[in-house]
Amino acid sequence: MVRNLDDLIVRTCSRIMVPFLQIYSLYVYVHGHTSPGGGFQGGCIMAASFILLAVAYDIGEAKRRFSERLNALFCCLGVFIYAGTGAVSLIFSDNFLDYSAWRHILPAGPVMARYYGIAMIELGVEITVMAVMVSIFLDLVTAGEQEAVLERNHD
Amino acid sequence: MIEYLLVKHSYWFYIAMIMVGFYGMMAKNNLMKKLIGMNIFQWSIILYYISIGSKKGGTLPVVITGQAARAADYINPLPHVLMLTAIVVGVATTGIALALLVILYRKYGTLEEDEIIKAIKQ
Amino acid sequence: MSPEHYPSLIVVTPLMMSFIVFAAGLFNRRICYPLVIATLCACFYFSVTLLARVMQQGSPIHYYLGAWDPPWGIEYVVDHLNGLILVSVALIALLVGIYSRSIAAGEFREEKLPQFYTLFLLQVTGLLGMTITGDAFNLYVLLEIASFSAYAIIGMGEGAAAFAAFRYMIFGTIGACAYLLGVGYLYILTGSLNMADLRDLLPPLYGSRVLMAGFAFLMVGVAIKMGLFPVHPWLPDSYTLAPSSVSALLAPLFTKVGAYVLLRVLFTIFDPTFSVTVIPATAVLGWLGVAGVLFAGVMALAQADLKRMLCYLIVAEMGFIVIGIASANRFGLTGAVLHTVNDMFMMACLFTAVGTINACAGTRNLRDLRGINRRLPVTMGVFVVAALSVIGIPPLCGFFSKWYLVLGAIKAGQWAYVAALLISSLLSAVLFFRVIEQVYFAGHETGDGSKTVIDRIPLSQLAPMVCLALCIMLLGVFSGKLINTVIAFAVPAAL
Repeated sequence: MVRNLDDLIVRTCSRIMVPFLQIYSLYVYVHGHTSPGGGFQGGCIMAASFILLAVAYDIGEAKRRFSERLNALFCCLGVFIYAGTGAVSLIFSDNFLDYSAWRHILPAGPVMARYYGIAMIELGVEITVMAVMVSIFLDLVTAGEQEAVLERNHD
Repeated sequence: MIEYLLVKHSYWFYIAMIMVGFYGMMAKNNLMKKLIGMNIFQWSIILYYISIGSKKGGTLPVVITGQAARAADYINPLPHVLMLTAIVVGVATTGIALALLVILYRKYGTLEEDEIIKAIKQ
Repeated sequence: MSPEHYPSLIVVTPLMMSFIVFAAGLFNRRICYPLVIATLCACFYFSVTLLARVMQQGSPIHYYLGAWDPPWGIEYVVDHLNGLILVSVALIALLVGIYSRSIAAGEFREEKLPQFYTLFLLQVTGLLGMTITGDAFNLYVLLEIASFSAYAIIGMGEGAAAFAAFRYMIFGTIGACAYLLGVGYLYILTGSLNMADLRDLLPPLYGSRVLMAGFAFLMVGVAIKMGLFPVHPWLPDSYTLAPSSVSALLAPLFTKVGAYVLLRVLFTIFDPTFSVTVIPATAVLGWLGVAGVLFAGVMALAQADLKRMLCYLIVAEMGFIVIGIASANRFGLTGAVLHTVNDMFMMACLFTAVGTINACAGTRNLRDLRGINRRLPVTMGVFVVAALSVIGIPPLCGFFSKWYLVLGAIKAGQWAYVAALLISSLLSAVLFFRVIEQVYFAGHETGDGSKTVIDRIPLSQLAPMVCLALCIMLLGVFSGKLINTVIAFAVPAAL
């Protein structure tokens, strides 16, 4: 995966599979409410789609889609979504992580506001897990020298 | 005696796996094998916890709207949720450990514990 | 934000700010340090306000996360014991954060500084959260947050630090998994994870074997995290090889918060009489404490590296705290709680001084540090104040905590504990007088013979050390007031 893998079957099949993987990860996330699934599981599958690109093509392909800086920003964005959902409750003088405070913003009662709040924090979890998994994989595969590996491949 | 073993067979399996992981962590020389032992140790503890929540004849803990919920019919979802956190903890541990192993390999060229200690002492 | 939300804010603020520091560090590296100091000041303010409210109210503050009542939801509880440890942790984190600016700039490459500060704030999040939570499983989560930040931030160092961090990780994971198993056994028995609820539900079950097994796992897990003899070997390697800015944060705080968790498990989750009468846990802890104190004292004498000597001193101090718990009376427990707080400040003083010495002289070997007091007079002054406190010389704070520990041991009739405490004072006197003699009186072979009045180090390094030394003296002078107003209510009333 560090050098380009010139195999037509692997490349074509992975190119077909990646969008289905991503839609499936969103499916797993949305169905986490009432059946097995949720943010962490969906985030892992979404990360698997990027890792599949890195394995089938080369690292540069995955990084063209999802650069290192964007990775770090996504990691922080997920945590901000989670903590922000909880912090909205602090603004409305409810306890932290009390999602029923969202009834002031969304047109829903206190019980359904908790339902939507959980969906929001699971989104934050999914984004962070995806970013962290891709980042761990890319760091380990290139042994920490991501820029140097990309330079070598371009020559 | 035999029914004591048979009734709690799943617990004996978890104990065996915990001991295997513990042995790997303590007795193996290669750092990667220690890490895999740690993984087996953590994962078997997670399996043990999840087995707490199961009930004979219980079903998925999802309430179908319109029906009354009797708690005795559903398996306990709380250990599953707790273990989701523990799985994330295990993944993070593995990530950090692998990053440390990459640093060690780059510096010492080997992952065997005694060779690294010899290289440090010089 | 109204003060009733401070229990959650004290944990959420450093967590959020660590990610903001990480994101901001991608664009502009110079903004990380001011953000870190602002966060730590805010945490210190929250902790002081919380302790003041608890002392004024007289009863603990309860905060329900997500507005779910316990035992369904996670609860944060602040009482006297909690509040005191929170204030100490926040103050030491703030002072070490100010100290770490110039030390870390010398130890890490500049592009790694945002990562260092992110891990710093995550560590503080974990420690503050461990102190304030009232839920046994939430304690496991925050314990792991603090542990991971410790593994990663130690692994950032030079030399063999990555190997020490890996061995620390293996040990620490065993401890955390043992704690998880212990909580699991308690959950099987009662179906609850809330500490106060467990306190109510467990007494009818005190004879069952599942409870004994759960208690044993909890004790092993907390002992590993605390650095208690004989599961302490992760401590000397990892704290010695860690960078100075990292060990100045970890060494005072991590093991003492572990000692606080031991106090919580023994006296909040379980009835105080459980660990005395039902299981002889206090007797076992007492003997482990004695063995740890003597072993660590002897090992410290054998070290040539100054920092490694101090690491063995941490193990000995943990032995003291456990001896205080093992005495199982008011004097002993007062001594244990007072020693936890005192030891945080003493170790912070010692490790910051050694960090400065290392940065200035380039070595930590005792033989090469002759005459360093000519270049670093104030730093060595701070070191001597902390050393005298460790030995136990009035009116510094170490004397009062040892006084209460000895009184507790005498009252419990355990003369072995008294002997261990006195021998350890002797051993640490030998230890530190050896250092003082090497530095002050062994002839000036380093430097050019000129005497500086004040050290030529940045003010951000000097001021926190002097503040910590002042705190040691103030804690000693006002220790009576501290015991009467705060610690007397922190010790469980049943003893």
